[in-house]
Amino acid sequence: MPAISRDEVAHLAGLARIEMSPDELDRMAGQLDVILGAVAQVREVAGDDVPATSHPMPLVNVTRPDVPRPGLSAEQALAGAPAQQEQRFRVPRILEED
Amino acid sequence: MSELTRRTAADLAQLLSSGEVSAVEVTQAHLDRITEVDAGVHSFLHVATESALADAAAVDAARAAGEDLGPLAGVPIAVKDVMTTQGLPTTAGSKMLEGWVPPYDATVVRKLREGRLVMLGKTNMDEFAMGSSTEHSAYGPTRNPWDLNRIPGGSGGGSAAALAAFEAPLATGTDTGGSIRQPASVTGTVGVKPTYGAVSRYGLIAMASSLDQGGPCARTVLDAALLHEVMAGPDPLDSTSLTGGYPDVVAAARAGAKDGIAGLKIGVIRELHGGEGGYQAGVLARFDESLALLTKAGAEIVEVSCPSFTAALPAYYLIMPSEASSNLAKFDAMRYGLRVGPQGVEGPSAEQVMAATRAAGFGDEVKRRIILGTYALSSGYYDAYYGSAQKVRTLIQRDFAAAFAQADVLVSPTAPTTAFPLGAKLDDPLSMYLQDVATIPANLAGIPGMSLPSGLADEDGLPAGIQLLAPAQADDRLYRVGAALESLLVESWGGQILDKAPVLDAKTLEAIR
Amino acid sequence: MTSLSQFAEVLDYDEALAKFDPVLGLEVHVELNTNTKMFCGCPTEFGAEPNTQVCPVCLGLPGALPVLNQIGLESAIRIGLALNCSIAQWCRFARKNYFYPDMPKNFQTSQYDEPIAFEGYLDVELEDGETFRVQIERAHMEEDTGKSLHIGGATGRIQGAEYSLVDYNRAGIPLIEIVTKPITGAGERAPEVAKAYVSALRELLRALGVSDVKMEQGSMRCDVNASLRPRAEDQDSVPLGTRTETKNVNSLRSVERAVKYEISRHAAVLTGGGKILQETRHWHEDTGITTSGREKSDAEDYRYFPEPDLVPIAPDAAWVEELRGTLPEPPARRRRRLQGEWNFSDKEMRDLYNSGAVELVEATVAAGASPLAARKWWTGELSRLANLEEKQLSEMPVTPAQIAQLQALVESGKLTDTLARQALEGVLAGEGDPEQVVEKRGLVLVSDDGALGEAVDRAIAANPGVADKIRAGKVQAAGALIGSVMKEMRGKADAARVRELVLERLPVDAPDA
Repeated sequence: MPAISRDEVAHLAGLARIEMSPDELDRMAGQLDVILGAVAQVREVAGDDVPATSHPMPLVNVTRPDVPRPGLSAEQALAGAPAQQEQRFRVPRILEED
Repeated sequence: MSELTRRTAADLAQLLSSGEVSAVEVTQAHLDRITEVDAGVHSFLHVATESALADAAAVDAARAAGEDLGPLAGVPIAVKDVMTTQGLPTTAGSKMLEGWVPPYDATVVRKLREGRLVMLGKTNMDEFAMGSSTEHSAYGPTRNPWDLNRIPGGSGGGSAAALAAFEAPLATGTDTGGSIRQPASVTGTVGVKPTYGAVSRYGLIAMASSLDQGGPCARTVLDAALLHEVMAGPDPLDSTSLTGGYPDVVAAARAGAKDGIAGLKIGVIRELHGGEGGYQAGVLARFDESLALLTKAGAEIVEVSCPSFTAALPAYYLIMPSEASSNLAKFDAMRYGLRVGPQGVEGPSAEQVMAATRAAGFGDEVKRRIILGTYALSSGYYDAYYGSAQKVRTLIQRDFAAAFAQADVLVSPTAPTTAFPLGAKLDDPLSMYLQDVATIPANLAGIPGMSLPSGLADEDGLPAGIQLLAPAQADDRLYRVGAALESLLVESWGGQILDKAPVLDAKTLEAIR
Repeated sequence: MTSLSQFAEVLDYDEALAKFDPVLGLEVHVELNTNTKMFCGCPTEFGAEPNTQVCPVCLGLPGALPVLNQIGLESAIRIGLALNCSIAQWCRFARKNYFYPDMPKNFQTSQYDEPIAFEGYLDVELEDGETFRVQIERAHMEEDTGKSLHIGGATGRIQGAEYSLVDYNRAGIPLIEIVTKPITGAGERAPEVAKAYVSALRELLRALGVSDVKMEQGSMRCDVNASLRPRAEDQDSVPLGTRTETKNVNSLRSVERAVKYEISRHAAVLTGGGKILQETRHWHEDTGITTSGREKSDAEDYRYFPEPDLVPIAPDAAWVEELRGTLPEPPARRRRRLQGEWNFSDKEMRDLYNSGAVELVEATVAAGASPLAARKWWTGELSRLANLEEKQLSEMPVTPAQIAQLQALVESGKLTDTLARQALEGVLAGEGDPEQVVEKRGLVLVSDDGALGEAVDRAIAANPGVADKIRAGKVQAAGALIGSVMKEMRGKADAARVRELVLERLPVDAPDA
């Protein structure tokens, strides 16, 4: 049985906001199935007593003083914008409230 | 070919500071070389001819005015397109960022500018640094100067090829799973992934934040050390930047070449030496030859075992895509970069535009990794995949700690094979991933690693690389041993390895076009 | 859209409470008043021109990295301590991944299962003086989003808009999210408890000096979770019902109303045999109802994972104790102390508290005014003016010191109440301190009997009928003459002295004369 179904890939593509055609979904499901088969062994390697490592170096408490730093001008900020209006980023209509 | 383009950075720095050549001459020579060969090699995505010449002229003026300049002032450099450069396009090899000109410099780029190095342009790479062949660039592959039908490694194939093709004496790279070291290995050049946190990641377009690390690419160990020194250092803009413990790598490189390595203990990692890894015979032969040279020079070779390394590749291919799926979410067509609407939809919503843009702007490999990472982080799978992978990371750190208790540096072949033909692994992601089997453990553990040429494989005459690994913040050991080994090898070859590379003449280049 | 039926679907509140036991949960987001944003050095001033307080970090530009604001961390810990929470010895940030155009990185940097503060409580005083303990689940650090203007369609509404315009000035402003445990046992007083909790929290945060806590400007925002379960003997053994989350309830009065509405609505659905959907709901201030928002479904998978770009926080125990030493006296205790010192009745103190004037009166008393006079100014004339201008008392452009000075002028006899009110008007108009206003406006009492006498004579001459009445013994008619004189003197006379002068001139005729 495949580790990942086409429907599951469609759901993930939705979460990741990537439009995919039926063909692409099929191809992706097949490839991911192979990859997941190869990586699944991580589940068997470490026991419950092994702590997880999220950061490679053991640094803690890195902060900066609460002092303003020069940022970008509105012009710089908007320079790469696909669309702008009234010094704001113009974006297509938003369907749902956050 | 101008003599200047075959010089090392250290030589050029010497010629520049003594006034024998001007920065403009050196820069022009490299720009000419790029014009001559890059249509075939395709190391560069953008050549900054005007700004490079202007910067070079400014260095000459400053030198004439008696200003105190950095050791590499006026030396040209190629910058991987993953680093933001104010005023120069930055695409990370993706259609998503085509034409994007960042409003700020990466810290590394700022340091290059402050060191008055001359940026020649931006080098090609796998899209968002995802790949081991540079074939995943949205702008077409880079070709290996040793054989234009083969890959230059990846993701930093552009930087490595620029060095091997004598288009630049220095280049920058980033290494998440081997993107500096594996291209170095297959192009006969030197590449170093410093300790995680030694080079600021600010302005480096992130793939996997806990694995990414910028580093130097060069043709010699000393050149890499000189560039390493410019790039590294604490940065208040990067929380993961190391605040101290920066060894003097240039001194280490000079000491290694001069004083050798007698008495050092060198550990061969059993799990990364032959066996099932699919190592090419010629790669192993050159590796063993290097060990013999080191032994002869007085080093003690010991075998160490790192049993968890068998799980390194699986762990990497969960952690990396997980972080990447989140890091690449920002490319959504709202603030910068590509925006395309879905086909046949009147007045599309933001959600639809995001999904259509991400479909059009990302290549297949990027999509694969985003979907894989989304899967590994999703509820119900997190513990089994991401959580387990982070535990493997702990085990790998423990393996390294145990190994470094027995040896000063560890060694392995850098990549299991020499450069493979373009297209050979494009349809088989898993076999492409195996290219990084030996380089990935260092990224997972945060320790520094170097690749330097070990010679040419007998079966194909292509370069192979040896990887050196050192404990975190002991990057100097890489340079010490690397420089010593390099001088032994060069002596045994009777010259630099790149001297054996085929000449890129008009005929070969024309055949590619 | 709001369907008509939703208006009808509420059960009488008392009836609802007879059948069900309400359980609440409150999530309050507080914007800190730091100088800079949570993860970058951009300023945080309210009301700046759009996209002028942004940088690569808070715009989510490729390559940018976050660095934690020290004062943001400090404020979070102080808030946690003030809420009687434990402070984490080690915790991390996490990424909350979801796409939204006003969120530049498409993940929110937040905290997930490792909040900086957890397991605390806040004692809140209800209107009748009873204390109710609200258990705190956690307080954690996160960042705010940008702000969108929705253009086209119904004005300013997201539904039906053609497009939106986004300003990222607010993106990255430090937020602390404070989450209660399920609030049980409040019964029919649940709405009052909710309001009192938010009010007490606001007072506490103000006393800590960590936030402007202006609900109307959005620097304090409240989400209300509510659910019902059937009434039972052993109420605690009954499992919790399905909850709804009403977003952005942004005034104290609305918190109370929204809770009451949701209780009545849930009760109607449940008694009608329906099921409560787990969903977010929108509060409509104007109509006093909530409407359905987005259904919480499995699709909402935030894929939290530890933020690799920020390192863990491990606050030093000694530092935490040092911060504990900076905590202000708990507001409720302080109020009781002040009430005793000022000798106010319970009602007087409660009114003062409800009008948000405790601190202002305290400062006015500290500046020399009597508690009684200070209370009179702030709950009287100033409250009246603030109401007219729809402002908070604290927003009135007058300082407690100025009020104390004004009161001193009254008490020394230099100003009458009328003149004092005129002086206050000048202060509020920005004409300076009371003494300067008195000077500029010439608000000095005319105490020269000569001038006053002449005015009195003129008033008598102009009102012969009134004069006759007084002479005839109707002394109360003097008021008309005094009023006339005061009017002529523009209030700058001591009314008592004017009365004396009037009566001197108009002696009552002896009845036998």
